[in-house]
Amino acid sequence: MNLVDVLLSALDSLRANVLRTVLTTLGIIIGVAAVIAMVAVGAGAEQRVQAVIQSLGSNILIVLNGTSVSGGVRGGSGSVISLTEDDARALAAEIPSVRYAAPAVRGTGQLIYGNVNWFTSIQGVTDDYLIARDWVIGEGRSFTRAEERAAAKVAVIGRTVAERLFGGVPPLGQTLRVRRVPFTVIGITREKGQTPFGSDQDDVVFIPLSTAKKRVLGGDRVRGDYVGSITVKVLGPEQVAQTEKEVLEVLRRRHRIRDGKPDDFFVRNVAQILEARAQSERVMGLLLAAVAGVSLIVGGIGIMNIMLVSVTERTREIGLRMAVGAQGRDILVQFVIESVALSVMGGLIGVVLGVGGSLAVAHFAEWPLILSPGAIAMAMGFSAAVGVFFGYYPALKASRLDPIEALRHE
Amino acid sequence: MAAPIVRTRGLCRDYQVGGHLVHALAGLDVTIDRGDFVAIMGPSGSGKSTCMHLLGCLDTPTGGQYELDGDDVSRLSRDDLARTRNRKIGFVFQTFNLLPRATAQRNVELPLVYGAVPRAERRDKAAAALDSVGLAERAHHLPTQLSGGQMQRVAIARAIVNDPVMLLADEPTGALDTRTGFEIMALFQDLNDRGITVILVTHESEIAAFARRILGFRDGRLVEDAAVTDRLSAADILSGKVAPP
Repeated sequence: MNLVDVLLSALDSLRANVLRTVLTTLGIIIGVAAVIAMVAVGAGAEQRVQAVIQSLGSNILIVLNGTSVSGGVRGGSGSVISLTEDDARALAAEIPSVRYAAPAVRGTGQLIYGNVNWFTSIQGVTDDYLIARDWVIGEGRSFTRAEERAAAKVAVIGRTVAERLFGGVPPLGQTLRVRRVPFTVIGITREKGQTPFGSDQDDVVFIPLSTAKKRVLGGDRVRGDYVGSITVKVLGPEQVAQTEKEVLEVLRRRHRIRDGKPDDFFVRNVAQILEARAQSERVMGLLLAAVAGVSLIVGGIGIMNIMLVSVTERTREIGLRMAVGAQGRDILVQFVIESVALSVMGGLIGVVLGVGGSLAVAHFAEWPLILSPGAIAMAMGFSAAVGVFFGYYPALKASRLDPIEALRHE
Repeated sequence: MAAPIVRTRGLCRDYQVGGHLVHALAGLDVTIDRGDFVAIMGPSGSGKSTCMHLLGCLDTPTGGQYELDGDDVSRLSRDDLARTRNRKIGFVFQTFNLLPRATAQRNVELPLVYGAVPRAERRDKAAAALDSVGLAERAHHLPTQLSGGQMQRVAIARAIVNDPVMLLADEPTGALDTRTGFEIMALFQDLNDRGITVILVTHESEIAAFARRILGFRDGRLVEDAAVTDRLSAADILSGKVAPP
C-alpha cells in the first residue's frame, strides 16, 4: 500500500466526522499556538531590549545625583547635588575600562526662532556625551573643545526641534534663542525616534556644558562645578558590571562617604534594568512553553483516545482489509498516518491561530513581533511527533486484530 | 488434469474453551477441483465456518495439511497468509463489508492496493470487474447510494478483481430479498461458468441447489459430499422459465 493511498483513506476517515476531528485536535491546536506565541513573544522582548539599548547608547552607566534625608524627610532624586565635573574627570582617569565619563546638565525651556517658539529639553553636554549616548551628527558638526572651554553660544539641535522651530528653513547657521540667550545652530543630530517608553528623543537642544551652566541653566540647581549627571561609557559589554563597582568606589571615596553610610548618588545600569525585564518576559515565555507542552501531551492523549475509539468502530473495516490482503504492517501504517494527519491538521490550525494571535498582540500591545519560520517548523514537527507517539499504540492494536474476530465484530 | 484448487488431509482446528478442548473441525479430507461450485452446509456449530476460515487462509489449522492451488499453506505466517489471500482468494460476505466512504470503484480497487498494483492498472482492472458484474455505470457511487443487490455486486467485483483461484462466499444472499438473492446466485453461476471456482457457505438448501456439489458438516466432521443432481439455474428462475424452489 503506497503512501498516497494511505493518505487518501486517512483524510476520508477524518472527513467522516469533522466535529470530532476538530475537538480531538483542540489540544494540539492550543499547544502549537502557544509554541508560536511563545517564540514570537520571546523574540519580540529580546528585540525590544536591543532597541532600547541602541537608543540609550550601548554599554553605559548613568550616574545621577542622590537623595537627601533631612529630619526624616526624604528628597527626590537629585535633591542632593553631589556630582561634579571633577568626579567625571576622575572616573575617566582612574578606571581603565571607562572610555568616556561625560558630565551633563539638563533643563527645559522655551526656544524662539523668528516668531516661532517651542518648549523643549535643554541639555548642556560635551562632545563626549553625544558619542557616549550614540548620537550621530546628521548635518553640520558637534562642539569643539575650544567652544566648550569658551562657553560658546552654539547649539546642536534634534530633528524634532529642527522641524518644529525652523519649518522649511535650513537651520544650520541660523540663530535661535534658548531661554532668551541667542545661539547659533551648528549641527543637527540624526533621528533617533521614540524611546520604547514613548518619549520623543529628538525633541532636544544640545549646548556646551559650560555655556549651559554659565548662561542658560546656571540659575537652577547646578552651580559652580556641579553637574546633573555623568554618563559613563564602558569599553565593552562584559566590563559594565565591574565598572559599575569601580564607579561606586571612586565616587564614595571622592565624596568622603564613610562605610555604612548611603551613597549620595545613584548609578543606573540601563542594560541591567532592561535585562531584568527581558528576564521576566523570558519567564513568561517559559510559562507559555509549559502550557504548550502540557496541551501537546493532553492533545496527544485526546488523539490516542479517539484513535482507540476509531479502531473499535472500524474493526470490521480492519477485518475486511486484512481479508483482502492487508498485512499487519499495512494496518499499522494506515492508523499511524491517520493519527499523524489528525495531529498535523491540529498543528496547522494552531499555526494559523498562533500567528494570528501574535499579530493581534503585536497590533494592540504595540509589541514588536518576530515570527520565526523555525518555530513554526518546530511546532509542526512536534505535532507530527505527537501523532506518531500517541497513534502508535492504537495502530498496533488494530494491526494485531484477528481477521476472523474483526470480521465478526458487530 | 491440473492440480486441484483445494486439497486437505486430516485438517483440524481445535479451540481451548474454558479448559475444554473443542474440535471445531476434526480431520477434514476434501479435494475441490478447478471450476467446481461447492456449497458448504450445516447447522450452527457444525464446523462450516471454521472450515471456511481455514480454506480462506484467515486461520491456521492446529493439525493436518492444506494445499491451496498446489502450495502447502497450512503452516504460513500471518503475513504470508495475508499475501496468499490477496493473490488467490476473493471473499464475499453476507453484509457486503464495503468501505462506506469510498466509491464502488475504490472499493473494488482495495485488494489491488494491497497487491501494490500501479494506479492506472488498478483503475482499468476495477472498471473491468465492475463491468463484469453489470455495474460499470455505478463506478463512482458511494455504497449508500446503491441497493443491497448492487452493494453485493460491488463486493463480488472486489472479490474477482485480483483474478483469484477461488471465490469464498459466506452467506452471500443472507441479507438480500429472495429475488435479489437469485440475481446474486445467477451472477455466481455466470462467473462459475466462466471458469472461476466458487465455494459458498450457506444454511439454505434452496441456495445450495445452485451449486454443483454439496459438502454437509455436522459436529466438526464432513458427513455428506454429494453432487447436485437437479441443479437449478438462477438465470432461468429470474426469466420465469423455471419456477422458484
